[in-house]
Amino acid sequence: MKKIFALSIALMASSFTLPAQAALKVFACEPEWAALSKELGGANVDVYAATTALQDVHKIQPRPSLIAKYRQADLVVCTGAELEVGWLPPLAEKGNNPKVNPGTPGYFEASRFISMMEVPSRLDRSDGDVHAYGNPHVQTAPDSIAAVAKGLADKFAEVDAAHAADYKSRYQQFNTKWTAAMQKWAIKGKPLNGTAVVSSHKGWSYMYRWLGMQEVATLEPKPGIPPSAAHLEDVLATLKAKPAKMVVFAAYQDRRPADWLSEHANIPAVELPFSVGGVAGTDDLFGLFDVTLDRLLAALQGKK
Amino acid sequence: MFKPTLVALGVAAMLSAPAYAADNSTPPSSKDLEQIRQEMQQLKQSYEQRLQSLEQRLQAAEAAPPPAPVADATPPAAASAQSGNAFNPKISLIMNGTYAHFSNNTPAVVPGYLLGDETGFTEAGLSLGETELAIEANVDDKFHGWAALSVAPEGGIGVEEAYINTLALPAGFAVKMGRFFSDIGYQNHQHAHAWDFVDAPLVYRTMLGNQLGDDGVQVRWIAPTDLLLELGSELTRGDAFPSGGDNRSNIKAWTAFAHLGGDAGEGGSWRVGLSHLRGNAENRADSADITTNFTGRSNLTILDTVYKWAPQGNPSVTNFVAQAEFFYRKENGSLVYDPDGSANSSNYNGNQRGFYVQGVYQFMPRWRAGVRYDWLSADNTLDNPVAGTSLETMADNSGHPQRYSAMVDFSNSEFSRFRLQFSRDQSRPNQDVDNQVFLQYIFSLGSHPAHQF
Repeated sequence: MKKIFALSIALMASSFTLPAQAALKVFACEPEWAALSKELGGANVDVYAATTALQDVHKIQPRPSLIAKYRQADLVVCTGAELEVGWLPPLAEKGNNPKVNPGTPGYFEASRFISMMEVPSRLDRSDGDVHAYGNPHVQTAPDSIAAVAKGLADKFAEVDAAHAADYKSRYQQFNTKWTAAMQKWAIKGKPLNGTAVVSSHKGWSYMYRWLGMQEVATLEPKPGIPPSAAHLEDVLATLKAKPAKMVVFAAYQDRRPADWLSEHANIPAVELPFSVGGVAGTDDLFGLFDVTLDRLLAALQGKK
Repeated sequence: MFKPTLVALGVAAMLSAPAYAADNSTPPSSKDLEQIRQEMQQLKQSYEQRLQSLEQRLQAAEAAPPPAPVADATPPAAASAQSGNAFNPKISLIMNGTYAHFSNNTPAVVPGYLLGDETGFTEAGLSLGETELAIEANVDDKFHGWAALSVAPEGGIGVEEAYINTLALPAGFAVKMGRFFSDIGYQNHQHAHAWDFVDAPLVYRTMLGNQLGDDGVQVRWIAPTDLLLELGSELTRGDAFPSGGDNRSNIKAWTAFAHLGGDAGEGGSWRVGLSHLRGNAENRADSADITTNFTGRSNLTILDTVYKWAPQGNPSVTNFVAQAEFFYRKENGSLVYDPDGSANSSNYNGNQRGFYVQGVYQFMPRWRAGVRYDWLSADNTLDNPVAGTSLETMADNSGHPQRYSAMVDFSNSEFSRFRLQFSRDQSRPNQDVDNQVFLQYIFSLGSHPAHQF
């Protein structure tokens, strides 16, 4: 016991005497915001992604490594809108870092910069795990990224004023590239306009609005309730009246329900990255939308 | 920017309206009319000046580059979204109920151990468990408060936890004060509805009265390292088992704990902990019908470890959790059997150890299965183990109380769970077998529960 305390005191002492780290430590709740932070921060930021695109961000636990990273963060960047309701509050309580607690300048909420879709008119858990502030999966459309980028660049400049000019110029570069890419994607995505789809979870509402696609059914009977055999039969019956071109699921989701529907309805099942790093070729935000569009277009042509 | 001017216009309009109304009701004198004309003229001039200034500002604004619309266009709901909760305070109500069957109905005593209050088995048959009402909110920018009240099925409200903790201490420190579950061990800080089995492990039942919660102060510090190193200590009133009894006028118990944790490979995470509890008891009563009082000191050391794994760290389809805790307790003092009656007493030196190990596997979405093994031993010395009293039970070092448990549970959502558990309990003297069956439901109403590690 004594040794542990001696060690801790030594560690504490070292933490005070070490020179201040130059890079701004960013704790990104989701991989898309980690990627955006890297684009906008460059060498001035040290980005940690708390989750990967292969993880269901609703179901994260405040595990020890997250507490340790939260403790050291200068800025926490999250989607907000209660997406992290299960694990960010316990991180804030256990992480002992007053700089980044929700409500402080060190906490950045991406959904603040988005006009939220599907804000429920009534809050009742019989509707599933509904989010009171609307659908939080804003990263599935590139216009959301553009809107958040401006806010995040401003936030970087606010909390790391010494590099404000850097952040401004990096934002301008990113914005130019992103605007060009959005024009390219808009043209590329035109054939998808009006396409009917089935989704595993209500995770792509922003993307569907952007591409003009129509969601005719979801594999989850209610948000957050896993698909059951009975519900899949219902979806299949729905498709008889309202045929869909494809069924989409996220890389982190169980592919079996989508495969089942694919087989029985004879439509392609499309695995989408959902966020940066979900599938091969999505190492950055540009890749995320390139690959997403490629996969949707391939499915539209009937490729399984 | 425009608001003061608009308000001024509005006020002017309101003030002038009664003047027009007065025109209709009483015929005004020419003097009055002249005065009104002058006032109107003044107002007109003032409006013109203001309008000019507004136009100038408008032109200036048009000349400037347009502000990014997104930065200012904050949807009204989002401002409150920043606090992360729809309800302020967050309120949740947790209900649970069980059906229990026991094959053995002899008193549930454990050889070598005195049991604290409310450590008996669940009631046989159908019963409602304690209903828990939890209320939580940030008090202000520096403090957060949490209270969990438990309502017993027969009525009566107990305070399980009621504490405030700091949000703004620097350098990785945090302080908690009030009544709280201690951070010693791994399972101790978890509320009963978050346990993986219906009942607490035997080491918790026998050495901590199921769970250690006391009134006091906790200080916690986290090292600024990527490997989690957390150190903490609690100073408490010492009212909770194994402390308790008379004369709680000073700090009668303290704890110290250290946690180390991190990730292990892709999808794994772990934590190990070492904790110590030192408590004083003075005429502490136990839970038996004829009580046995303990006066003396308890020293408990816990080594706990937990490992969690999920494919790619994504627990939604399958995941696995293994946890084990080892308890070692030394007690010395005196025991008095039947203090209100015949009163037999004995000096007592306790030397007890035990562990449990459990694994829970989610084999498909919503379905989990788990097994647990409990083991205890005692090596107690009593100089006066009077036959037929609890002193004899305390001096019984012969058996090793143990228990095998298996459970399956189904969670329709994060808010509901049904559980079936079977236990082969051999915690009574002579390892008498008790086959136990439990059916349990746990429902949570209200705000979203915080995930546990």
